[in-house]
Amino acid sequence: MTALSVPGLSAATRSSRRRSRPSRRVVLNVVVIAIMALWLLPTFGLLVNSVRPAQAVASSGWWTGLFPPYNFTLENYQQVLSRGGMSQAFVNSLLITIPSTIIPIAVAAFAAYAFSWMKFPGRDILFVAIIGLLVIPLQTTFVPLLNLLGPKGIHLLGAGPGAFVAVWLAHTGYGLPFAIYLLRNYMGGLPREVFESASIDGAGHATAFFRLAIPMSVPAIAALVIFQFLFVWNDLLVALMFIGAANAPNLPLTMAVASLATSLGGDWQLLMAAAFISMALPLIVFFALQRYFVRGITGGAVKG
Amino acid sequence: MDPRLITAIIVLVGVPATVIGYVFLVEQVLRLVPGKRQAAVRPWLWLLPALLFLFVFLVYPTINTIVLSFENKFQKEFVGLDNYVYFFTNPNTLISLRNNIIWLVLLTFLTVGGGLIIAILVDRVRYESIAKSVVFVPLAISFVGAAIIWKFMYDYQPPGHPQTGLLNAGVAALGFPPITWIQDAPLNTIALIIVAAWTWTGFCMVILSAALKGISAELLEAARVDGATEIQVFRAITFPLLLPTVAVVSTTMIITALKAFDIVYVMTSGNYDTNVIANQMYKELFTNSQPGRASAIAVILLLLIIPIMAINIRRFRQQEAIR
Amino acid sequence: MEDSFVRRRRLVVGLVASVLVVGACSSGGATTAPSAEASAAPSAEASTGGESAAPSTGGQLGGTVSVIGTWTGSEQDSFMAMVAPWEQQTGAKVQYTGTRDINAVLSTGVQSGLLPDLAGLPGPGQMAEYYQAGALKALDDTLDVSTYKSQTSPGLVDLGTIGGKITGIFIKADIKGLFWYNKDVYKAGDPTSYDDLLAKGKQTAASIGGDAKTFCIGLESGAATGWPATDWIEGFVLHQSGPDVYDKWIAGQQKWSSPEIKQAFQSFGDAVANAFGGSKNVLATNFVASGDHLFSNPPGCVFVNHATFITDAFQKTGGAKPDQFDFFPFPDINTAFSGAVEGSGDLFGMFNDTPQAKSLIAYLATPEAQSIWVGRGGALSANSAVTNYPSDILKKAASDLAGAKIFRFDASDNMPQAMNDAFFKAIVDYTQDPSKLDSVLSNLDSVQSSAYGG
Repeated sequence: MTALSVPGLSAATRSSRRRSRPSRRVVLNVVVIAIMALWLLPTFGLLVNSVRPAQAVASSGWWTGLFPPYNFTLENYQQVLSRGGMSQAFVNSLLITIPSTIIPIAVAAFAAYAFSWMKFPGRDILFVAIIGLLVIPLQTTFVPLLNLLGPKGIHLLGAGPGAFVAVWLAHTGYGLPFAIYLLRNYMGGLPREVFESASIDGAGHATAFFRLAIPMSVPAIAALVIFQFLFVWNDLLVALMFIGAANAPNLPLTMAVASLATSLGGDWQLLMAAAFISMALPLIVFFALQRYFVRGITGGAVKG
Repeated sequence: MDPRLITAIIVLVGVPATVIGYVFLVEQVLRLVPGKRQAAVRPWLWLLPALLFLFVFLVYPTINTIVLSFENKFQKEFVGLDNYVYFFTNPNTLISLRNNIIWLVLLTFLTVGGGLIIAILVDRVRYESIAKSVVFVPLAISFVGAAIIWKFMYDYQPPGHPQTGLLNAGVAALGFPPITWIQDAPLNTIALIIVAAWTWTGFCMVILSAALKGISAELLEAARVDGATEIQVFRAITFPLLLPTVAVVSTTMIITALKAFDIVYVMTSGNYDTNVIANQMYKELFTNSQPGRASAIAVILLLLIIPIMAINIRRFRQQEAIR
Repeated sequence: MEDSFVRRRRLVVGLVASVLVVGACSSGGATTAPSAEASAAPSAEASTGGESAAPSTGGQLGGTVSVIGTWTGSEQDSFMAMVAPWEQQTGAKVQYTGTRDINAVLSTGVQSGLLPDLAGLPGPGQMAEYYQAGALKALDDTLDVSTYKSQTSPGLVDLGTIGGKITGIFIKADIKGLFWYNKDVYKAGDPTSYDDLLAKGKQTAASIGGDAKTFCIGLESGAATGWPATDWIEGFVLHQSGPDVYDKWIAGQQKWSSPEIKQAFQSFGDAVANAFGGSKNVLATNFVASGDHLFSNPPGCVFVNHATFITDAFQKTGGAKPDQFDFFPFPDINTAFSGAVEGSGDLFGMFNDTPQAKSLIAYLATPEAQSIWVGRGGALSANSAVTNYPSDILKKAASDLAGAKIFRFDASDNMPQAMNDAFFKAIVDYTQDPSKLDSVLSNLDSVQSSAYGG
């Protein structure tokens, strides 16, 4: 709560906090910490097991590792990190994920603005139809799209970086319905007076979009960045389909992780270490964007 | 140099430039349009990029899916409603439909309810961003990782042997025989939903929390100064203002529940009465080489959400009216 | 490792180079900038660009071959070790993708034309489907057919042949239905018959005491849960009713509800009843971990039925020492079928007949290639000229496989996918509730009537 842009607000919040009774605050803290513990517990078990020898993991519960005699090892992490192709796959994942996050959100922002602040016939039906597209199982889209983009169509797919473009476009298409839905909901909830007064001041839609709608929607955009980044980062199937099985040097980290264990389940303990390695970046993104989830950004923009 | 890097740089610089350029281009183009018709043309130009993407990547394949759903295995002959008849007469279907209803109700309730409560609670503590990150962690874990994590929760060893699953260790410590959480219906469907809820609550929390931050603090403070209790403030101000966002996350979660696949596929493969529609579809598509039957299931999914979409339309019209 | 490190450095060097030499992009950056690495990794030249010039040492192919297979982890390492000499010889590069989703990749690929040059094929059934769709290329002009046939057992050759054309070769093989035991626990020698196995197993289990049973069985395998029992049931069909029934069963001409198949299911059901922890534990135990209780203290069971791959888990998660375990082959039930062996193998086929792909697949069929994987352990060769097995156990398994009087390929792998998948599910349903056997089998009959027929 340090980055408040409107001083009066932070004072107000602080005063309300000061006023609440201490006993109630204790209860609040206990409840929040209990929720945190509950949520972390399963992941904590994985963390403990990821630093235990495979034989210990197979024969006793993870919690026994917390008591002496201690028997920790970083072998799983060493094996995963020293495996060939890991860093290359990491770079590939970044090259896939960053454009696949930016493009859909940019495109969705226009559409969401139009749905929120322009009137046209069929608007509600069209919008709801777009939400309806969320339910389409991606697996059913592969064959027609591969036909369209592949050797039978425009030849975008195949070995080489053209496949990256295909996967960016595919993730854009797949990510748009939710992005438009969320942004339309947020932009649609912004106060009408702001846009009306801007319009009276002679600002066009372009100005209103860049100067008002986008800055005021920062929390929603931040949330979208997080989710789209996450979905693309953790995606395996879309990358496998569009970058293609014939394009091994360009495949993402999820593929490298999935091929750590053998097809018959051998060395599955490596997957534990890999789970932590591959979730590091999404968590950093989440942390980095936390500061945009602060009360007052909207209020500040409205006044400014 | 690596051609991929060039492409990436083009995108990083090019996309924002294109975005800004597009809006200004649209406004320039609109100047050529007579004033009265500008308002009619403008929305379509703003929507054009999104509609193009949606058409190519989702609508066009869906048209293909609908056509396929009336064709046989080899996509040559028209077989009428055979694929639909097959779905509804398949003994697995009834179980899948029942399970999807359980998923829909329970997952939506747990994630939206849990996400809302957590968003409101953590809004009042100093370590908010840490607390939120903790609930967010499961989302960052791939479902393969999640399956391993929950194996360590649900694992089973025969009675009298040291338990390797946390839940059964607890059960055994209380003196009861261990439970096969993943194998015993109907408990197992709930066990799978808990895994999904553990993952998706963070999603709902983040969106609801962002919406919560959008509520004017002056409004809340004014109510408190007027002597309203926290519960009254919530019922009279916070919740009504959050309602549109609650509707968004609920709709998203309902669709997620209808499409539930990963967790079921990895943890039970649909055995032990845990099958769901999307798993049936995946098997028809990739295991059984029956694209027609898989397409029919996809079309049924599309039809299933029509009522939810209808509710959304009503809600948007209401929002429009009061704003 | 080194390779990826080099690549990443090249990426950085390349970026710097392109910033300095504005516009002079790809060719300039790739050949001049990474001079520092040139000595360290002379053959890495073709790795990133794909089409960049191969080192011009006379008669070399250069270029790349894309390969997809189900091998991952250490299997992938072994495959890459196997192709390394070929890469060195030809200057060409193998780009390998290992994935479990091979069905999804190949089934969509056959429709869209977006296919790797070479691929591991899920089974003979799919091989036929892809060949008939015109996607898979025949190998008769690519292989040295007479050498291939002289070094490969006729059973495997036939499985890779459609209408007289060779469409798939086997890169490695395995022998199924081996009964593994802990040498410190079971000392009664190889049983003379399956009944003898049951008797000796029971005796040994009784002497261990506690809740020890004859078998350990684990059927959990994620999306393929149930498959480990297909090997059990196939073993029973082969040894109870013989290869003719077995063949008819694969071909879809033997009803699942027939007495022969029903008997095999029941024999498996009896094994489950004699298994550590009972049916609940059988279903909840992951197949990889199923042998762990051979070595626990006190042991939970006497025998585990698996192919040779399980020995890796014995040592890694079971804590067994390398010489602590041994096996005997599936014992006789009906002596008329004595010496019957069930095996499996990894089929490989060609989708694009580029010179590189043809050269590679021809190389993969040779004993020189297959001896590399075999020498690294964890595999039996499909090529009878390969003998360099690193352990006595693998040597014995290989000789059992080669010396089979009656050889049959894994039935479930050889059935249509839909049948195979229904088989897995039927096993799970039956194990959970043996009283449902008749309805489980009649359901398989109805799948059988629709899954075959092209």
